[in-house]
Amino acid sequence: MSSLSSSSVAARDIVALEGVTKRFPGIVANDSIDLSIRPGEVHVLLGENGAGKSTLIGMLSGLLQPDEGRILVDGKPTPITSPRHALALGIGTVFQHMMLVPALTVAENLLLGGPWWQRPRTGELEARVAEITRSLGITVKLHAKVSELSLGEQQQVEILRAMVRNSRLLILDESTSMLTPKGIDELGALMRRLVEQGLAIVFITHKLKEAAAFGDRISVLKLGRKVGEIPPERFRALGEQAIISEIVELMFGKQKDDPEAVERPIRTVRAEAAPLLQVADLAVAPTDNAPGLSSISFDIRPGEILGIAGIDGNGQKQLAEALAGQRAATGGSVRLEGVAIEALSVGERRRRGLRYLTDDRLGEGTVGTFPVSINFFLKQVGAAPFWRNGFEQRAEIDKRAAQLVREYDVRTPSLKTPVARLSGGNIQKVLLARELAEGAKVVIFNKPTYGLDLANTLASRQRIRDTAARGLAVLLISTDLEELLSICDRIAVIANGALVGTVENVDDARTKVGRLMIGLAA
Amino acid sequence: MTGLFSEVFLSALLFGAVTAALPLLLAGLGEQMSEKAGVLNIGIEGMMLAGAYLGFVGAFYSGSLWLGFLTGAAGGVAVALIMALLCVRIGLNQIVIGIALTLGLEGLTALLHHFQFSRSYPRLPAADATVIPLLSDIPVIGPAFFKHHLIVYLAVALVFGMGYLYRRTQLGLNLQAAGDKPAALDVAGIDVIKTRTIAVLTTGALAGLGGAYLANVGAGLFIPFITNGAGFLGIVLAMLARGRPVWVLFGALLFGVCLSLTTAMQVAGINIPTDVIQMLPFLAVMIMLVLFGRRASLPAALGIPYERGAR
Repeated sequence: MSSLSSSSVAARDIVALEGVTKRFPGIVANDSIDLSIRPGEVHVLLGENGAGKSTLIGMLSGLLQPDEGRILVDGKPTPITSPRHALALGIGTVFQHMMLVPALTVAENLLLGGPWWQRPRTGELEARVAEITRSLGITVKLHAKVSELSLGEQQQVEILRAMVRNSRLLILDESTSMLTPKGIDELGALMRRLVEQGLAIVFITHKLKEAAAFGDRISVLKLGRKVGEIPPERFRALGEQAIISEIVELMFGKQKDDPEAVERPIRTVRAEAAPLLQVADLAVAPTDNAPGLSSISFDIRPGEILGIAGIDGNGQKQLAEALAGQRAATGGSVRLEGVAIEALSVGERRRRGLRYLTDDRLGEGTVGTFPVSINFFLKQVGAAPFWRNGFEQRAEIDKRAAQLVREYDVRTPSLKTPVARLSGGNIQKVLLARELAEGAKVVIFNKPTYGLDLANTLASRQRIRDTAARGLAVLLISTDLEELLSICDRIAVIANGALVGTVENVDDARTKVGRLMIGLAA
Repeated sequence: MTGLFSEVFLSALLFGAVTAALPLLLAGLGEQMSEKAGVLNIGIEGMMLAGAYLGFVGAFYSGSLWLGFLTGAAGGVAVALIMALLCVRIGLNQIVIGIALTLGLEGLTALLHHFQFSRSYPRLPAADATVIPLLSDIPVIGPAFFKHHLIVYLAVALVFGMGYLYRRTQLGLNLQAAGDKPAALDVAGIDVIKTRTIAVLTTGALAGLGGAYLANVGAGLFIPFITNGAGFLGIVLAMLARGRPVWVLFGALLFGVCLSLTTAMQVAGINIPTDVIQMLPFLAVMIMLVLFGRRASLPAALGIPYERGAR
């Protein structure tokens, strides 16, 4: 670390961007961006999906070249020509998607990149790693295979790798998106120790709270442009709440204290109405990697939103799939408008009005290479009016698709764009449009806002409220307690494949649900 | 004749097995390296044919087997160069290009041979064997395993050299990373394209050498389509060996026995139609695939061209 301990010198930019612009076919990903990155600072780059954060990182790490503008390293204009060059300049990047070879051990991954004629210097590495981990207070299993590590551990390995290579600037791209809350706190503490050692950190996120908690300086990106910066002096002067409201102002141009806190309108669910969905004693056999379900029972009335809370992996997916007919139930009954449907096929359940919005949007929700227009009708392939006598009716499909694109505000370059090219939020809109289409009576949402940015999250939640307001029954499965509290009428808690309790969403629902989730009686 | 299982017969069978196994071993080792680096090299059959033809021509005109091996390896590298250019650098589909190369080389070598030798099939003198003292005196085993051309022993040594390369060297690490997660190698500052190119060219050299051995030592002559699927057997071996060179050796020997048995049974005059006998090696492939194929693990990025920054 000796080369890094000179942070007492007046902070000069390690890396600076001047008017950097990057274009891709059809969009300007970065538009004339200025940025200064200094030692001893956590510089947060904040922006929604598609704001241009990843492009900016690509240019700093040598994967992409700017079309205009220049990058200065230590005050000298320096084109960063390749990842190797970036490393040589002391710029280490921890990418959003893990950049470790799963089949190799941690040590082998750290050694990757040495001169090919050399024998890997294992001994030297071990000494260096011991020194770094001691100063950072982390432990790393050098001889474990990467595929055996948790995501948090893998991330520590990537940070460690940047340190082993004497990085002066560490870029963390959406590093918290796959971590547990505890892992996020640990990462925050680790970043603090790193900047105290004189490192510069660029921390990319779309979560306001992390930006306010971990940053020294915040730059806000919006649609490829930098719309504002909060320098350290202002940062220290403002409280966390003031910072958050300032950022929200910058990002959305509308003033709100906490953008996710929406007053839940008190809606009246007619208690005497017959339930649309009745589930009694539903059971599913456990599999190797998933818990089964046992004695699941609940009713949902028209216009009602029932939430399913719980820690991820407690049978939420199994419940959704068993209801949709995608997973065989071993017992119990499911009634839609009083009619038993548990023996019906997936398609028949859908035709009768049971709709399921999967959380696996690209895997089972859409066919990525198919155009947006066809993805709207994936579950009606062969049905009139979009198909007649087995032939696709292109005009009908395009007409209806264009209508849905407008109605659901899907941001797509064209109807013919393969759906996988859209952002997560827009893919979700395609799914919403498809599942809420005519004939829907009961809708199951599985983690509908997972991985979406704030604007799309809020839009999806509003869509769910509107769905219920139309008189449909909604089952909302989510791991986000805030989300459930802001939308649901009642919240049931699932643990180990069984419902352990149901709570009316009134004043003290938060504590009751929380107690149920950690295994106490409400 | 003293029956099917006489000492002489057995040692001839095993000797033939080693001779038949060697081209498979070299092809398998070569394919393994390409696959480790993420390139599915279907063109290996074409590389072997190029090696067989150029190896034969080299040895025929120079009178030196070693020079023949050299020209053979060079022939394999020449074909591999095309493969590296099209599939690694430009990123075209590896299966399509591989098949095209194999078909193209089948035609090209047959045509060149026809121009050069018309319909005659000149033979090379029998290869000198390097007899290993003492070991070669063991009954059955001795004459079968220790009276081969020097290159056979070198190839077996190569098996262990490859094992060392993959497990103990920086290049070995880079190769595996190029096949498993090329993006990770790229951001580590190593050129993925270069790493994969090295692997493909090495494959070409080994396959070419295997082809040259097949023509010059195994058969002593070149006939069109002489490799007869040896390259494809090499692909199967590489897939079944799960990244371990020593398994390629065992697999090659097993197939070698089957191939040798084909000849031996015909010589011994056993009354089975030759077509059935000639099926044996391929039957063995299918049995091995059924037994072990399900557990074969392939690199995650196998067959996917690498493009920097692509999502």
